[in-house]
Amino acid sequence: MEVTINHYILLSFLLFAIGCFGVITRKNLIIVLMSLELMLNAANLAFVSFSRFYNDNTGQIFMLMSLVFAACEVAVGLALVVSIYHNKKTINIDVLKLLKG
Amino acid sequence: MIFLIILLPLIGAALNGLLFSCGLIKKDHESERRIVSIIGCGSILLAALVSTYLFIQLIQNDNPAGIIQNSFTWIASGELNISFGFLFDNISSVMTLVITWVGFLIHVYSIGYMHNDKSYARYFMYLNLFIFFMLVLVLGNNFPLMFVGWEGVGLASYLLIGFWYDDTQKANAGRKAFIVNRIGDFGFLIAIFLIFLVFGSLNFSDVFSQAANPTFMQNVPIIMITAIALLLFVGAVGKSAQFPLYVWLPDAMAGPTPVSALIHAATMVTAGVYMVTRCAVFFSASPEAQFVVVTIAVFTAFFAATIALSQTDIKKVLAYSTISQLGFMFMAVGIGAYAAGMFHLVTHAFFKALLFLGAGSVIHAMSDEQDIRKMGGLRKYLPITSKTFLIGALAISGLPLLSGFFSKDQILGELYERGFTIHFAVAIITALLTALYMMRLYFLTFEGKSRFSEGVMKKLHESPSTMTVPLIVLAVLSVLGGYVGVPDFIGEIFGMHHINAFKEFIWAAIPVEQHHAISGVHHFLNHWDLLVLSVVAGLLGIGLAYYFYIYRPKHLYKITRNEEFGFLYNASNSKWYMDEVYNHTFIRGFNEISKLSFLFDLNIIDGFINKLASVTAGLSNFISKFQFGLVRAYAAVMTAGLIVIIYILFATLD
Repeated sequence: MEVTINHYILLSFLLFAIGCFGVITRKNLIIVLMSLELMLNAANLAFVSFSRFYNDNTGQIFMLMSLVFAACEVAVGLALVVSIYHNKKTINIDVLKLLKG
Repeated sequence: MIFLIILLPLIGAALNGLLFSCGLIKKDHESERRIVSIIGCGSILLAALVSTYLFIQLIQNDNPAGIIQNSFTWIASGELNISFGFLFDNISSVMTLVITWVGFLIHVYSIGYMHNDKSYARYFMYLNLFIFFMLVLVLGNNFPLMFVGWEGVGLASYLLIGFWYDDTQKANAGRKAFIVNRIGDFGFLIAIFLIFLVFGSLNFSDVFSQAANPTFMQNVPIIMITAIALLLFVGAVGKSAQFPLYVWLPDAMAGPTPVSALIHAATMVTAGVYMVTRCAVFFSASPEAQFVVVTIAVFTAFFAATIALSQTDIKKVLAYSTISQLGFMFMAVGIGAYAAGMFHLVTHAFFKALLFLGAGSVIHAMSDEQDIRKMGGLRKYLPITSKTFLIGALAISGLPLLSGFFSKDQILGELYERGFTIHFAVAIITALLTALYMMRLYFLTFEGKSRFSEGVMKKLHESPSTMTVPLIVLAVLSVLGGYVGVPDFIGEIFGMHHINAFKEFIWAAIPVEQHHAISGVHHFLNHWDLLVLSVVAGLLGIGLAYYFYIYRPKHLYKITRNEEFGFLYNASNSKWYMDEVYNHTFIRGFNEISKLSFLFDLNIIDGFINKLASVTAGLSNFISKFQFGLVRAYAAVMTAGLIVIIYILFATLD
């Protein structure tokens, strides 16, 4: 079986959907962050696939950039999680609703 | 050069204000006072010398257009083009000389008078500021610049009337002056708008040359010119304290006495006379406006003189006398005898400044006592003050050969010769009353028995030389000042024609035909009769004063307590109840309107805004409900939205 662009897109879609599902359903802030990471990587996969398909390097450059951002995000995000836990003694995302109108 | 005249007082005010009043320099009192006096008086002296130099140049060059100095364009907007320019011609030069020289004398006098005041620097700052604005008023060569000076002197007057502002009554007097003047300024401002509407310019030379041009004036309705003249006169009525806006001037006596002499007698209140003279073309073109002016002027002169007869405050007598004398000036400019009005302005500046400064010297000596019932017999203690005061009183009474005699006779003569016979009769009676109340003031203050307490007597002293020297100089001017403009009809009696140099000088700068006596009309009185009549009026007034206040004082007491005449005396003493009338009509009415507008403001304006705010608040309250704080739910909604968008995209793709 030949692996075509469609397979990559399908995989990317599935990864994104799983990530999305995780963000919506999980209450633990760390797992939400991990799910977000999954969604980002799904997007990266789509970038690289299309880049290869169209023989255009732009997609790969974008993927590298988004990788860097993802790393930053994790660093900041985890620091925030630690800080939140220090203050609130919880990382249950449903409890943290300070901005409720 | 003209700039120098105007800038010097401003620099003086700025230096005194910044260095001492605002406390940039901390000095011990005595040396601070010395520097403040040098800056304050020196700047005015320099301005006076510069204006004298310019005046000599003006006479030598004999240039009727005067010296014009335009510096820069001040306002340029559409057709309106106003330059920041000054005009030094025959009219404004006379005004400038009076303002700077009399102003200088009063500055010197103030050194002695204000010596013990704690706000010495502030006083000199305001005084210099006043001179600055007054010079802008007089020297500006367009209406807006004149208006700037007009408002500026109002400000300086307000600051100086309320100089001792910790006394509420005095602070209120300042406010009264400011508010009453505002009514007049409103008229002046509308007149300026109308002038721009008709002539398309606000520059003196443009406006007046067009107004003097018969072909241009054919297309201008006469009612417009009358309106301009009357509205200008409304401004003059406010600033120069004519009926019915005179009420602020007696209250303005709350300020320091040199201020009353400078602002409320010699210079600022005569700004209206200057303005009418400057705008002579409008008044001469409208006989109706002239009639209104002369009637109000005669009424004011008579009315104020009757009040002055029975006032007991030395400064109040002089204040009503000033109102009355301003009435004389307006009579003159109202009938088109502009030179006579300006002449009386000059001589009045001399002798009224002298009288006020003399009164200040008395008040100073009497430890701030102003009630003439508690004076009397001061001649022994204040030799210089009493002599100079007597000269001033005789000059204003119209004693022959003193300055007031010439200027008042010029006005009376012109009134008669131009056919205002009834006005002339009232003016003669007013001249008699003038002599009566002035000599009454002199007799009650300086002659007769002393009526003051022992404590006051011990402190009684003649004023220092900084105060007496200005008095002497002004007394000399009051005697000699009249000879620059001996009236024509007196000259003709003695077979000398064109004796009136002052008249020729002023008329050279007025773009109006000089009317002479109406020919063909038979005059009942000839020149001799006029002269005799006015001399008799003056002497009769002096005689009556002597009879009532020195010879038979008890007689007067009987008359004033008499049932038939007592009410007249009471009415005069209470100023014909004008303040009460104003309180009950205008002030109370205005309070009612204010209350109504307060309610309108509270309920309608504020109500509308409050309603708007509460509607907005309710709306945002409703919208904020959507922020329910669950991050997972936001994510779910976003995903749902994404799915919908993608679905729509795919659906439209097909």
